[in-house]
Amino acid sequence: MTTDPDAAPWARARLHVVTGKGGTGKTTVASAIALALASTPGHVLLTEVEGRQGISQTFDVPPLGTEETRIVRLPRGGEVVGLSIEPKAALLEYLQLFYKLGRAGKLLEKFGAIDFATTIAPGVRDVLLIGKIYEANRRRRDGKHKGEAPPVYDGIVLDAPPTGRIGRFLSVNSEVADLARVGPIASQAGSITRLLESRRTVVHVVTLLEEMPVQETLEAIDELRAKGLHPGAVIVNMVREPLLDDTALEQARSGRLHKASIRTQLGEAGVPATPELVDGLLEEARDHAQRIDLERQQLALLESTGLPIVSLPALPGGVDSGSVRELADLLVPLFVRHGATPVGTDLGSDLRTNVHTQVSAHVGADVGTDVGTDRFEA
Amino acid sequence: MSPGPVSVEAPALDIDALIDDPATQIVVCCGSGGVGKTTTAAALGLRAAESGRKVVVLTIDPARRLAQSLGLTELDNTPRPVSDIDASAGGSLHAMMLDMKRTFDEVVIAHSEPGKAEQILANPFYQAVSSSFAGTQEYMAMEKLGQLKASAGTEAAPWDLIVVDTPPSRSALDFLDAPNRLGSFLDGRFIRLLTAPAKAGGRAGLKVFGVGVQLVTSTMTKVLGGQMLADVQTFVSALDTMFGGFRERADATYRLLSEHGTAFLVVAAPERDALREASYFVERLDADGMPLAGLVVNRIGRVSATGVTPSRALAAAESLEEGGGPKSASNAAGLLRLHASLVRTAERQRELADRFSRSHPGIPVVHVPALGRDVHDLDGLRAIGHALAGS
Repeated sequence: MTTDPDAAPWARARLHVVTGKGGTGKTTVASAIALALASTPGHVLLTEVEGRQGISQTFDVPPLGTEETRIVRLPRGGEVVGLSIEPKAALLEYLQLFYKLGRAGKLLEKFGAIDFATTIAPGVRDVLLIGKIYEANRRRRDGKHKGEAPPVYDGIVLDAPPTGRIGRFLSVNSEVADLARVGPIASQAGSITRLLESRRTVVHVVTLLEEMPVQETLEAIDELRAKGLHPGAVIVNMVREPLLDDTALEQARSGRLHKASIRTQLGEAGVPATPELVDGLLEEARDHAQRIDLERQQLALLESTGLPIVSLPALPGGVDSGSVRELADLLVPLFVRHGATPVGTDLGSDLRTNVHTQVSAHVGADVGTDVGTDRFEA
Repeated sequence: MSPGPVSVEAPALDIDALIDDPATQIVVCCGSGGVGKTTTAAALGLRAAESGRKVVVLTIDPARRLAQSLGLTELDNTPRPVSDIDASAGGSLHAMMLDMKRTFDEVVIAHSEPGKAEQILANPFYQAVSSSFAGTQEYMAMEKLGQLKASAGTEAAPWDLIVVDTPPSRSALDFLDAPNRLGSFLDGRFIRLLTAPAKAGGRAGLKVFGVGVQLVTSTMTKVLGGQMLADVQTFVSALDTMFGGFRERADATYRLLSEHGTAFLVVAAPERDALREASYFVERLDADGMPLAGLVVNRIGRVSATGVTPSRALAAAESLEEGGGPKSASNAAGLLRLHASLVRTAERQRELADRFSRSHPGIPVVHVPALGRDVHDLDGLRAIGHALAGS
């Protein structure tokens, strides 16, 4: 059975917002989604808004500035363009674009109005950050923001603020619309809210199978739903497969793994079975069994959201630009719609076939398909 | 003559010496999100209390279960005594969660005339500033720290040691930058521009700024809309009377942080990004002359077995699997593979931590092993405190 990207909550999405608790790898996952979307081939914008330079570190390219810069080129012309959105630059650009300010722009800066707007004024900073994404989403290949020309970007991926702040970040436009009841900020905030609340925007939440990230994931999903936003996939990152089967795990947990026969087998394999080694191995097995139990409980909690669950394997050597491509290849079948012909992001990694079975998606009732709640492999 | 080794073994961080020293009055736990700052702060506070200190722990945004483990069931912005601690050494423990909106409201109420306070609290601009904008949490954490310090030593506030958790900021540095940012904003021309009409009773007051002001205000009106600008002006002029005090207290708290008696603990997970963030923080503390106590590397992978290298374990696992022996053979193979992966993970984590120590020689470090579960109770916090003390 295969996952149907046409039935997923993100089937109609152009803007993929990626959030997650700190330390869960949301930048890596956002980068992998961007690569997967670019593989069709497509022209994809990957943005960050917190000035961390996480994207440039992930792809091992020079720090991103406020100019859109190509960071990856794929076979057949697909590409990922990177952008680090900075509120001051976004505000000045915005003022220039809509008001042709000229001298007033400099004056605003001199009077501290730009600082005020970008650091102190409530929400304006977030409005500007999202406003830039809104602009990029509407931009056409002829440089205009309306008309018949095809859009510059086939998809936009946002490495967004963490789960604790995502609801507020995405709803800041409606808050600002309340504050600035009239005027261009108010009307722009309204259009942005419509984009964010439509099916063209989807919010993926990255988590680990640990208690705190899962708790935050559940809270974030509730909050997003309450605010009329659309959660997409729950992406479980850094998944390690159990190294013992269920029977052995059960025995390890209750301390019933047969010590004498383990000792014999170690001896057969030429490993000196000292008590320190055997007892240590059994203790490690018990820790492992407890961890697997905990992970399964956490997975069950995530499944209760009814959202598709996508599992990505732990990368043995940590994250680099090559391993992000491996993750991207795993995401292609889930993110690339029928009719598109993905060409892959790397050129035939051996790892791909090995880890493919570790990616699974679970499409729940939320998207109204007939696949029910079975887990199935990609 | 050949040069000596460049790398230096990191000195061990002695947590007990730090918390047992009566001169230590504030411990600030900082680091990037998800590294276990709040848990570290709580564990440290408990350990200090049980060794005889009178402690208050200021948490910013604790996980629900951690809060429950400290007996905090609601976010009420007031230090609550934690029961069930071992008080035999004469110590005590209070804990609180920061409510930034309430802290801000209290500042407004305490520092403005009654009529004016209501006016500020009702202003839509104030409501947005106090509940949602980036930076408020940092300002308010700093404000609260100042309050806790000012009240310390009284009967209602018996503490002599304050352990602070820092907000889950965009960057760990926000906590240090917030007071300065507030200060520069309050000193800025823009705020004077906004307050000028109210002070001078009309537009005439704007003349002091010379040309350009009309252009700026008309642009602001055009962009933000007249209503929002009017709200901002009302807010700023209402707050004007208390701004001075606000800024002075933020400055005083900032100075407090750089004094003898404060210790910064940088918390990191043994991962590239968290350690990079820790590096930034350490460099920044140094540049600001802030007292750094050391680095806590949290959640180092645990290895229990000894006597076989990872490569030997993997080779043995392979030969057991190929041999097609009984169930115990595949179990033994699984155990060997598990061990190899644990050792490799721990080695990589240590290498990352060592790399930090090589580029920041002399900074004391303690490694805290990973626990199987998140902390749910005081016993869990004690176990972490124990590990923090390197025992």
